[in-house]
Amino acid sequence: MLLSRELTHLFLKEIRLELKQRYVLNGILLYLVSTVFVTYLAFTGSITSETWNSLFWIILLFVAVNGISKSFVQESPARHLYYYTIASPEAVILSKILYNLLLMTILSVLSLFFFVLLMGNMIQNPALFLTALILGSLGLSSVLTMIAAIASRASNNFSLMAILSFPIVLPLLMTLMKVSGSALTSGSWNGAFPLIVILLIINIAVILLAFLLFPYLWRD
Amino acid sequence: MNINFMIKTYWWKILSLVLLLYAVTYGFFVDIPQMPIIHQSMRNIFYHVGMWFGMFTMLIVSFIYSLKYLKGFDEKYDRVAIEAVNVALMFGFLGIFTGMIWANFTWGSPWVKDPKLNGAAVGLVIYLAYVILRSSVEDRHKRAKVSAVYNIFAFVLWIIFVLILPKLSSSLHPATGNDSSTPVMPMGLNPSMRMVFYPAAIGWILLGTWILQIRIRMSKIRQHLEEH
Repeated sequence: MLLSRELTHLFLKEIRLELKQRYVLNGILLYLVSTVFVTYLAFTGSITSETWNSLFWIILLFVAVNGISKSFVQESPARHLYYYTIASPEAVILSKILYNLLLMTILSVLSLFFFVLLMGNMIQNPALFLTALILGSLGLSSVLTMIAAIASRASNNFSLMAILSFPIVLPLLMTLMKVSGSALTSGSWNGAFPLIVILLIINIAVILLAFLLFPYLWRD
Repeated sequence: MNINFMIKTYWWKILSLVLLLYAVTYGFFVDIPQMPIIHQSMRNIFYHVGMWFGMFTMLIVSFIYSLKYLKGFDEKYDRVAIEAVNVALMFGFLGIFTGMIWANFTWGSPWVKDPKLNGAAVGLVIYLAYVILRSSVEDRHKRAKVSAVYNIFAFVLWIIFVLILPKLSSSLHPATGNDSSTPVMPMGLNPSMRMVFYPAAIGWILLGTWILQIRIRMSKIRQHLEEH
């Protein structure tokens, strides 16, 4: 199938591009570590599990916005024109989402690692927390990739990226906080199950919208 | 201009005026149930909730016209989309202000952590961002296309937000029917209040449509002046 072939090539291109410009990735990693460290120094003494939870997701949101905002601006418009002639827009957006999913999974696991290292481990149900983390990575990567595509069409890209994405990402973020919150306190799957279904629905809706709407952004 | 023609063309504007005049006068006389805390401030429901009806209607109009724009790239649809958002923002701010005054009397503070307030506030932030997005794209066709895409994307996610928010937190707003997740529907209103509430809501929506029509004309004239 043509789409899957285009998808594989574009996906591998994204990885090669990232490895070639290693400083961008290193920049995000350092950003992540410094943000967690600032939080660690700012909060002296013990914190509640609620604070732990909100801090973790806010840090992850900022890391995600930083990591994904470059998606459509790191290559020149001329090169985008070239992709436009050889690949379908659906393959382009799906490959970006997939690549950003990979990036976000790595970043969120690393965030969790540093966060637990410095702020202490409060997770009662690791499996539930990881479920939230994976669904969160998928949701954040798909919403933010789409917003990055929109913001790349306008000037002052970076501040636009933040103001366009923060209110839109809220339904996802609040549901995620609720799920991971229950993984921190009670650790039961039963209460979290309807929320996981909501997360899945949001993810499917976002990916579907990105798939349908991106062709209009791509054509200039 | 003959009177028959006026009635045929402007009937909905006349209706809007009549309904709103009725709402702002009879709304202060109608019998309301005696309830603690809320007392006479209950009459605000005719005016405050009408703002949300107006805002929501305008956002749906904007959403539909953004879809229409992406179908044929006709600029006149883009104009309706942005002007409807402008009217929705006006309604949204008025809704927030009327709500804050009311909340100050009944809940003791102008802003409380409540899903309906937060849903409305997030809606305002989304559409203020929409206005900023528009102003940061120079090219007219590109602006129309990019903002239509954002409008559709944001509206769907905002609706999801408004629907799931009550499930994530508890509300101070009265529970409506058996499902508190639907937009405010005053099932608990007594018949005499309904006689004011529904005409008022229709009046506000018609007034919004009227403002929208004037804004579209203004925008057309402005564009014409810029081009000539």
